[in-house]
Amino acid sequence: MGGKSITTEPKGSLTREYRPRPDLFRAACWLASTLTVALLVFILGEILYKAWPAIHQFGFGFLSGIQWSPNRGVFGVLPVLIGTAASSLLALLFALPLGLSIAIFLSENFLPQPIRQLIRFVVEMLAAIPSVVYGLWGIFVVVPLVQQYGAVIAEKFGFIAIFSGPAYGNSLLTASLVLALMVLPTITAISRNSLVAVPPTLREGSYALGATRWETILGVILPTAAPGIVASTILAFGRAMGETMAVAMLIGNSQRLSWSLLAPSNTLSALLANQFAEAEGIQVSALMYAAVVLVIMSLCVNVTGEAVLRRTQRSVVGLK
Amino acid sequence: MRTADTPTSQNSLSEHCLELTDDFTSGEVNFIKVEDFKFFYGKKQALHGINLEIPSRKVTAFIGPSGCGKSTLLRNFNRMNELIPGVRHEGDISIHGTSIYDPSVEIIALRRRIGMVFQKSNPFPMSIYENIVYPLRIAGQKDRSVLDETVERCLRSAALWDEAKDRLHESALGLSGGQMQRLCIARAVASRPEILLMDEPCSALDPIATAKVEELITELKKDFTIIIVTHNMQQASRVSELTAFFYLGNLVEFDSTHKIFTNPAQKQTEDYITGRFG
Repeated sequence: MGGKSITTEPKGSLTREYRPRPDLFRAACWLASTLTVALLVFILGEILYKAWPAIHQFGFGFLSGIQWSPNRGVFGVLPVLIGTAASSLLALLFALPLGLSIAIFLSENFLPQPIRQLIRFVVEMLAAIPSVVYGLWGIFVVVPLVQQYGAVIAEKFGFIAIFSGPAYGNSLLTASLVLALMVLPTITAISRNSLVAVPPTLREGSYALGATRWETILGVILPTAAPGIVASTILAFGRAMGETMAVAMLIGNSQRLSWSLLAPSNTLSALLANQFAEAEGIQVSALMYAAVVLVIMSLCVNVTGEAVLRRTQRSVVGLK
Repeated sequence: MRTADTPTSQNSLSEHCLELTDDFTSGEVNFIKVEDFKFFYGKKQALHGINLEIPSRKVTAFIGPSGCGKSTLLRNFNRMNELIPGVRHEGDISIHGTSIYDPSVEIIALRRRIGMVFQKSNPFPMSIYENIVYPLRIAGQKDRSVLDETVERCLRSAALWDEAKDRLHESALGLSGGQMQRLCIARAVASRPEILLMDEPCSALDPIATAKVEELITELKKDFTIIIVTHNMQQASRVSELTAFFYLGNLVEFDSTHKIFTNPAQKQTEDYITGRFG
């Protein structure tokens, strides 16, 4: 044993370093990290290569085209881009108030620590449920609900474009509701972390000035944790945008532009999942083009989220 | 008004000052009264029957080794200790003859009447201006002119106006350590409290910033009753008029600072201030 030989060797020199083949270790690390970068470049290169015929043929018109009909060789992803953005934003609209409330609840001492720990664990376990299970649950629970209540909403508020009927069970709203649940752990976990990281001296300071608990939460704690909450929202947005299986099962897969939340829609990732198996020729290339768009969007959102998060950590550390 | 028959404005001003000074020196002798006060953190007793009468508009220093209970007592004056679960007290503390534990006393109102400055400066991550008006905003004050006036008054009384007046709307986190602590003092006096509690306000500051805060304390005692907890014996002798020495949860001696530092009645006090223990 290396360690043993050191302790038992009486003439062990203090100046001689014990080095377990550092060159080999360094080379292994270097190789592993280089491979990761190479893999990303390779994947990007591959989809770009496969997408090239479509990029060449459709150009930027691909992004603004509203028709997607493989039979006629017309490919435009605008309705899908809108569906991607709309489903993700709508999911955030549902998940942010809920996730932030849970995060505040878990970071304050409203409940005894063990119970908070349990709730936190359960919320984080939501992230462990496979996407396809969310999809199935959506089909059996959310789809009938949206169909039933959607019809009522369409009847009463149909004059507002976003509630116009007919109400389908598989719709933008259904997918967004399930997406909201799926991104809830992301929002809750990161927001909670940034709320917990608010220095206790700020809380004390606020109380000492005669603030109540809620005034302290709203006036000091939330503003201090705000960058982290923003970061959690951006990362959740990225997650919602890339989410595939559950969305493909629930959104209705329609490339038709519609204002209604109750109408079927589509997202980039759902489009890829649903069409790739049966695609051939230029359609494969068009789907690859859509994949390029998705990757670029996801990368942008995630890089922004990480950057905001990193800045938060710096500013909170600066406070301590 | 006596000022009516004075010939020049110069004179009237000094008369006015004199009047104010008269007013201030006639403060109450037993402004804050602590009666047989005991305090417990869970089962652990931190204070053993403290009796103390603190006069108004004077600086009173609490000294003693770590864990002697001086901070605990300080944090009971505005009932900050009650944020800690499992604490309880016996005995009473009264201000102006009103018990702070009287059921009719609202903690919020109590804390507005008692400013507090902490060991570590704790400016909120917002602008200098918003930091100072925070207590006013939570009290529902919306009048812009009142807010502006408060910011200037408080920054002036914290000797920070000249350094901060051109950057009121910049983040308070851009200030130096000493400036941040003076900002916290400015914020603590924004709701015009009568009492200012200072819990080792200079322990995180360099000597120059410390000197400035000490200067400020001597300035502020004209308007406030100040109680300062300090580990720095020189600081206690420099800024305070009265000193209370605590040891193991007991008040050992309370007298004029001069007396405590030159001719203490108790052997323990003498041992502590001469550095034989602690």
